[in-house]
Amino acid sequence: MTTQAIPTRNFVAALCLGFTVTLTPPAIAQNRDGADPALVAQGEYIARAGDCVACHTAPGGKPFAGGLPMETPIGTIYSTNITPDPKTGIGGWSYDDFARLMRTGVTKDNGTVYPAMPYPSYARMNDADMKALYAYFMHGVQPVEAENRASDIPWPLSMRWPLTFWRWTFAPNVAAAQRATPAVEDSATADKIARGAYLVEGAGHCGACHTPRGLGMQERALTKADGDLYLSGGGPIDGWLAPSLRNEPDVGLGSWSEDDIVAFLKTGRNSRTATFGAMNDVVVHSMEYLSDPDLHSIAAYLKSLPPRDGNIQPYTYNDTISKALFNGDASVRGAQVYVDRCAACHRTDGKGYNRVFPALAGNPALQSGDPTSAIHIVLSGSRMPATMTAPSAFVMAPYADILTDQSIADVVSFIQTSWGNRGQPATAEQVAAMRKSATPVPAMGQTVVSSETRTTGP
Amino acid sequence: MADIKMKSVDAVIIGFGWTGAIMAKELTEAGLKVVALERGPNRDTYPEGAYPKSIDELTQNSRHALFQDMSKSTLTIRHKPDDQAAPYRQLAAFLPGTGVGGAGLHWSGCHWRITPEELRIRSHYEERYGKNFIPEDMTLQDWGVTYEELEPHFDFAEKVFGTAGQAYKVNGKVVGAGNPFDADRSSEFPLPPMRNTYSAELFRKAAAEVGYHPFSIPSANASAPYTNPYGCQMAPCTFCGFCSGYACYNYSKASPNVNILPALRLVPHFELRAECNVVEIQTDSTGKKATGVLYVDSQGNRVTQPADLVILGTFAYNNAHMMLVSKIGTPYDPKTGQGTIGKNFCYQNENSVSVFFDNDKYTNPFIGAGGNGVACDDFNADHFDHGPLGFVGGSPLWVNQSGSKPISGVGLPSGTPAWGSAWKKAVKDTYTHVLSMNAHGTNMPFRDCYLDLDPEYTDYLGRPLLRLTFDWHENDIKMIRYAVGKMQKIAEAMNPKAIKVSVKNFGEQFDSRHYQTTHMGGGVIMGDNPATSAVNRYLQSWDVSNLFVVGSSAFPQGLGYNPTGTVAALTYWSAKAIREQYLKNPGPLVRA
Repeated sequence: MTTQAIPTRNFVAALCLGFTVTLTPPAIAQNRDGADPALVAQGEYIARAGDCVACHTAPGGKPFAGGLPMETPIGTIYSTNITPDPKTGIGGWSYDDFARLMRTGVTKDNGTVYPAMPYPSYARMNDADMKALYAYFMHGVQPVEAENRASDIPWPLSMRWPLTFWRWTFAPNVAAAQRATPAVEDSATADKIARGAYLVEGAGHCGACHTPRGLGMQERALTKADGDLYLSGGGPIDGWLAPSLRNEPDVGLGSWSEDDIVAFLKTGRNSRTATFGAMNDVVVHSMEYLSDPDLHSIAAYLKSLPPRDGNIQPYTYNDTISKALFNGDASVRGAQVYVDRCAACHRTDGKGYNRVFPALAGNPALQSGDPTSAIHIVLSGSRMPATMTAPSAFVMAPYADILTDQSIADVVSFIQTSWGNRGQPATAEQVAAMRKSATPVPAMGQTVVSSETRTTGP
Repeated sequence: MADIKMKSVDAVIIGFGWTGAIMAKELTEAGLKVVALERGPNRDTYPEGAYPKSIDELTQNSRHALFQDMSKSTLTIRHKPDDQAAPYRQLAAFLPGTGVGGAGLHWSGCHWRITPEELRIRSHYEERYGKNFIPEDMTLQDWGVTYEELEPHFDFAEKVFGTAGQAYKVNGKVVGAGNPFDADRSSEFPLPPMRNTYSAELFRKAAAEVGYHPFSIPSANASAPYTNPYGCQMAPCTFCGFCSGYACYNYSKASPNVNILPALRLVPHFELRAECNVVEIQTDSTGKKATGVLYVDSQGNRVTQPADLVILGTFAYNNAHMMLVSKIGTPYDPKTGQGTIGKNFCYQNENSVSVFFDNDKYTNPFIGAGGNGVACDDFNADHFDHGPLGFVGGSPLWVNQSGSKPISGVGLPSGTPAWGSAWKKAVKDTYTHVLSMNAHGTNMPFRDCYLDLDPEYTDYLGRPLLRLTFDWHENDIKMIRYAVGKMQKIAEAMNPKAIKVSVKNFGEQFDSRHYQTTHMGGGVIMGDNPATSAVNRYLQSWDVSNLFVVGSSAFPQGLGYNPTGTVAALTYWSAKAIREQYLKNPGPLVRA
């Protein structure tokens, strides 16, 4: 497969998500040449937490061999080969070379990488974790000979020196970053919130999607201490809105318990909702591999983030629509489409079914002023991720071929405003715009259902 | 097109319906590297079952979207051994599936066990009614396995399928208003019984009034959100009525695709190859050991897949066909009664009563679910005295309102014209005021009902077609007339406007032009004697010990109950024997 055939993605999307097709994740640590297996396994775990595979693997390509195209405002860049191949990968890199790149974005030959690489977050990783990660990439990953591909950015924009200025302007001082986010190594004994901060602000780089970006495409806050923009919700990425991970009672995680968050990250679903869009890959390649104590630490940390706006009232269920639909009154705009197309699964009361069909009533994604995600999901459909502990990949079929722009706008407006939901209505123009890029959810496997695309986890 | 030889695997599974999926799960759990070969295409809830396209009756059921392509391969049918057989070119009487999930994707969901007596039917009848009760040409035999041995596997299969039902007796204690004829269970159903349609509740009331014992049919249509022991999930059934003949869009009907495959996809040592049609099971020079299989893939390549263990899990009668074309075992000869492959083909024996009500009584036949309904078992198995009746077998009676679709589902009173304005008026008058009840009876095996290879017709690969020789016998017509008579009493107790009885007449022949049921069995039957059975009590071939033949092909007689529950339990039973006995010491598990 040539990389030319691969559609490019917004670099922010690729940054943390990779492609929606199943990537081939690394095999369980190979430990090719006698390195300390425990260290290599620890490194693999950190590579999972950092979701390195998502960006550094091309669709259908070998794990970590790079080549994933990422679209930036100035052209397409390609992720690099980070296998230990001495010629084309990082096999010739010392630990110091590796750690410098990871924390400062400066390469072995003193260039600066594009900030698609979230080194401002990785800067927080301590030496023990960084050494384990290095051991994994040197000894646990199969070397692949694959030349890095030059970017498609035209001159003069292709000059790399401005990246140095970006780095000077936006990247944190490493020592300061490590003081701001102190390393906490073990969830079992540690302060959960501190361990969670280390995972979220560091390797997990959640802010790459969930924190708003500034004019220089920099994340406007990198830690909890940077203020309440941190994890307050990012812009649309590939037509999906990354919601706030702070504790707003409506659009954020305010109504979720720690267990709700853990179930969501581990299985891609909980009693309230399910992952969709870009988050699916994060669950499948990264989150489901984390230990329960670490997931609880992440959840506890997220629960510690106060809402950006402290005056928002919690969502309360309103049964007006549910009663009307039960009585056969679908006269509200969009209600008939809802009954015909949506209610079999999501039910007329909007409450769905526990862990199976997401509730729409009170769903944080539907309290938003921006209906982007809801429109996208109706057009494209959606598949829940198949995870090790919840293998059923429930699919909502796409409606792009069945419903007009106006019908989709009506039904999205209906779900954004029914059962007490406080989202904004959608317009046919918004649907028409999204329709141009929305692709139907792919079928699972074509002629062969092969588990070779998957490893079992730690 | 090339000849390809694959790397050897521990086990190859032929066919990926319920039996193939269960075996794949069990054998991969035992650590084996398993390849499953499915002749049909890959299928899943999405896109094949995606709403709303999946509930298009014309595409799905009328034009057979999920069923076997009869232009490539079929079987030939005749009534008597002296007749000329003709190919079954258009699907009608029975609907074999194809593709990933097999019949398990398009079944309806009635999920029964078996009665303990039916597993030792010859011994039981001889003990109760004397040695001379069973007619001489009825080739009845015991299964070689007991209910107690199968019970843990019935129990586990229900947990895998998410079966909804009401138990009667658990560990010897009566626990609820289930079927009082049920054998003891080791646990309750995993889900509570489904809610019932009005028609089924009318049946419950009327059946109780005439002194029978109605209960909710155990159904593998989920009554609540459910997670099975494999972590696979189901959603509650919406009673949309599109079960049999359809892939359930709602993840509510148990299927290999919904209940097992998601877990198998995570297993690195499992591979499923769709559109790979197995031509034959290959054996070594002694003919006593299978070496693997030969199949044709979607590109037309002829591929050899060597394996240490072969599992044959195709649709019912196709197991016999594969044995015959692979020349494994001795073909059955109806003249001498010798040989076992093809012996005891059995079907199911179904008739119905339609009940029409006045226009103020609404039965809403458009809703329903494949496994939903109320039954009574008073005239099934040996729950009644056969002594004075002079037949073997019986029939459960039920209202199983599975959703009347616009093309196939309009029941009309006797004498209604088949077209024109009078037909239209009758449809308007009756559609929402009718219910249908069924007697879903046993079919006993007879010496002249069997499967062999057709001497004339071949399939697209040049193999002889399977030939089915089958007709109704007086025993079965007596039985169904008796059962329908009892059902008519229930109908009368509903005080309807009219009743229409459809029942076989004496001398009536098997008519393959009208849908009856897809519940076929036999051909590779189980038993405790290699002279009269093709596989032993563990479904292991008597002739080739590294070959296990699973499915309703093992049934020595046709049951009144739908076969899937028993098929699943037998498969888990066979898998247990492979895991706990065969793998430790490969070879025959029963000394011949």
